[in-house]
Amino acid sequence: MIQLPLLNVRDLTVEFSTRRGIVRAVRNIDISIGKGETLGIVGESGSGKSVTSYAVMRILDRAGQIAGGSIHFAGLDLRAASERQMVDLRGREMSMIFQNPRAALNPIRRIGHQIEDVLRQHAQAGSADAREKAIEALRDVRISRPEERYSAYPFELSGGMCQRVVIALALACRPKLLIADEPTTGLDVTTQKAVMDLILELTRARGMSTILITHDLGLAATYCSRVVVMEKGEVVETASAAEIFAAPRHAYTRKLMRATPRPGIGLRDLLPDENRAGEALPASAPGAPLLTVSALVKEYPRAEAGLFSRFMKPDAAGAQPFRAVDGIGFDIKRGESLGLVGESGCGKSTTSMMLMRLIDPTAGSIIFDGEDIGSIPARDFARHPMRKRIQMVFQDPTDSLNPRYSAARAIADPLLRLGACEPRTLRARVEELASLVGLPGDLLDRFPHQLSGGQKARVGIARAIALNPSLVVLDEPTAALDVSVQALVLNLLADLKAALGMSYLFVSHDLHVVRLICDRVIVMRAGRIIEQGRAADVLDHPKADYTKELIAALPHPPAQPAAR
Amino acid sequence: MLKILIGRILTTIPALIGVVVVSFLLTRVLPGDTAAYFAGPAATPQAIEEVRKKLGLDRPLPEQFASYVRDLSHGNLGQSLTTGQPVLSDIKARLPASAELTLFGLVLSLLIAVPLGIVAAVRQGSMIDHACRAIVTAGVSLPVFFTGLLLVYVFYFILQISPAPLGRLDVFASAPAEITGFYLLDSLLARDGATFRASFSQLLLPGVTLAIFALAPIARITRASMLSVLSMDFVRTARASGLSRRKVIMTYAFRNALLPVVTTLGMVFSFLLGANVLVEKVFAWPGIGSYAVEALIASDFAPVQGFVLAMAILYIVLNLLIDLSYRLIDPRMRASS
Repeated sequence: MIQLPLLNVRDLTVEFSTRRGIVRAVRNIDISIGKGETLGIVGESGSGKSVTSYAVMRILDRAGQIAGGSIHFAGLDLRAASERQMVDLRGREMSMIFQNPRAALNPIRRIGHQIEDVLRQHAQAGSADAREKAIEALRDVRISRPEERYSAYPFELSGGMCQRVVIALALACRPKLLIADEPTTGLDVTTQKAVMDLILELTRARGMSTILITHDLGLAATYCSRVVVMEKGEVVETASAAEIFAAPRHAYTRKLMRATPRPGIGLRDLLPDENRAGEALPASAPGAPLLTVSALVKEYPRAEAGLFSRFMKPDAAGAQPFRAVDGIGFDIKRGESLGLVGESGCGKSTTSMMLMRLIDPTAGSIIFDGEDIGSIPARDFARHPMRKRIQMVFQDPTDSLNPRYSAARAIADPLLRLGACEPRTLRARVEELASLVGLPGDLLDRFPHQLSGGQKARVGIARAIALNPSLVVLDEPTAALDVSVQALVLNLLADLKAALGMSYLFVSHDLHVVRLICDRVIVMRAGRIIEQGRAADVLDHPKADYTKELIAALPHPPAQPAAR
Repeated sequence: MLKILIGRILTTIPALIGVVVVSFLLTRVLPGDTAAYFAGPAATPQAIEEVRKKLGLDRPLPEQFASYVRDLSHGNLGQSLTTGQPVLSDIKARLPASAELTLFGLVLSLLIAVPLGIVAAVRQGSMIDHACRAIVTAGVSLPVFFTGLLLVYVFYFILQISPAPLGRLDVFASAPAEITGFYLLDSLLARDGATFRASFSQLLLPGVTLAIFALAPIARITRASMLSVLSMDFVRTARASGLSRRKVIMTYAFRNALLPVVTTLGMVFSFLLGANVLVEKVFAWPGIGSYAVEALIASDFAPVQGFVLAMAILYIVLNLLIDLSYRLIDPRMRASS
């Protein structure tokens, strides 16, 4: 007997009315998912993958509407269903979990009450047993001490814990279909693995179907049996996970797969064929130490013990200051690229802020090119001659640009503030920098909102190298970019380093990226260095248990043949 | 909680000291000579000098200030020269009238503006949204004395359904026994239906005048705040988990949208205190605003200083209440302190 698919989307078109007319976000797509199946929808930003899922749930915002095609769920025509029917279906038959779990929960309502709201709405619990069932739902997603956590607010929980609550919320009424929209983006790798394993385990145990929406081809291939690849609102390829890795048919899938950082490749392998032009990666030849850090410590006073700390650290000692960075030492050689890896809260951002001299260290020294810059107070460092020689590229390419500055003005900013650049030669210098980072000259007079993510990243990089710094601190410079753009930016960074003889401190949580761009790597945890060494050695033959754990948590897609 | 309360009250002390100093200085630099005013138009310069001496206005400013502060510390706000009464008892007698009017206006405008703002945000671009915009624009552009006079003209003069705009009660009615000083409440507590109706009908027009004025900012902020909250992720989660529309809008969105509304409320209240002065004049309301204006025209310092001080204390208390209500609304505020 042929089983009907649980969800069957045929010829779906979704339109948005915008100021510039009607935009078709999704065009004529077909997707189906069987009972108990796990389907991945993969695509870069703007591919229409989230819009598709909103259309299925019928929660598109006001401007969007389903313009054509059909959606059938368990035999029911969802396009024709009334809003009342949809309210009954949502949460009970099909539910959804979202990116950014902390924002996905009502910030001023106790999490237990939020779960109760859903249970009561769908008549799964009455006032007598609601509390009990909500605690049960929390226990199902492995939240320890669920009775206590029932009364917690989202801000009292960690990101991974919030995502568990969101999962509990979605699964509370035992729906048949779960749509997970980028459920682990922004979470640490070990948390990502824990959350994904939990979703998979719960949905399998309950015989549920799951749609995993992600930009990460590796994640989809690891956890899904079938993968749908979307590009610009269209489905370009549908195949089993193994097949899509073994023999990607569509050019876009090949490009996406090639651009995904993974073990066993070089930086140039990320680029599409036509861009590679066979250039070899410039060899990195580290010289004498440029920066030497020793016994660096940063302490913060602890907040008073209250509700918050009682939940987070049950045995917190009140008087002891919190050591964000706890006596670390390393050096960066000239022309070297050093990776700083660790999960959130490990002290890597605090370290980079101390090196940038934005905050003062509690103890220890930072010797930069023979001078102890650690002893210069942070507020005086802005006027120090050394200031020019250390620059930074920030994580969010959009937020780190002044929205009222054009690209040219943004790049010129350090030249105007710190550089001895003649006004007459300023424009020429800005154009030179733009061409160096591959930013077309005609984009220089645009404002950030008129540029794409990749273009904004290039502006940020051009700004950082404008003063010919010796050291550039890169704080997750590609975390907000699509993989294909990330591939180009990483290659650009490697080329610039060789051309200008800079050193990099590359702060990242993405081990694959660090392997590609860094000569050496430092693994940090709880303010201490756990392991350091050559990038390839540390990542291929980790010695510390924690490093092993980090590497094991990375998604392991099915083996892939050598890139053609 | 008590510790926070005491801490907050302590921080208001510098503001109060500032108010005392500034109100004292302002009344001294204002044009107009008190002594000349009270000596009368026919007084000789000698008589004026005598009055000045009697009032202590011939002494140097620091000395005057010192005696003002000394009196203040004994709870003595001075003597009004126009009414001949101590300022404190004048204010005590008149403050409830103003407070009743202001609160009535504020509550009335809240009852209209908040639902209007919510509906306008939920049905963005609908007729109600456009109506909301029209009302908001009208409310901002019409000065209170104009709306007040217009209402009097239409409801008293033409339609004759409103009583004469002459104070809190008909001249022939007697005030209810004073418990709170609010006629509406006092008549209710005394179970006196006739007085309640009489005072309500007197209160309606000036109250509506103030409400129209206060409507605009509250409706605007409610709409804007609801719009921003409705686009947040957790509202999408609530919708995706099938919660009813009512639950999503009221429990999830509106409670989160409350903070900016409450903040605006504090500001609106201070606008109302200002607008009150004009409305009391138009409706012959025996409130503290008209008292202060009369004193100001007569260069009678003590009531003006007393009025400014009373308003400052009222405003500080209100802001304290608003700050405390933040903690009730948002658990994050409770945790951060």
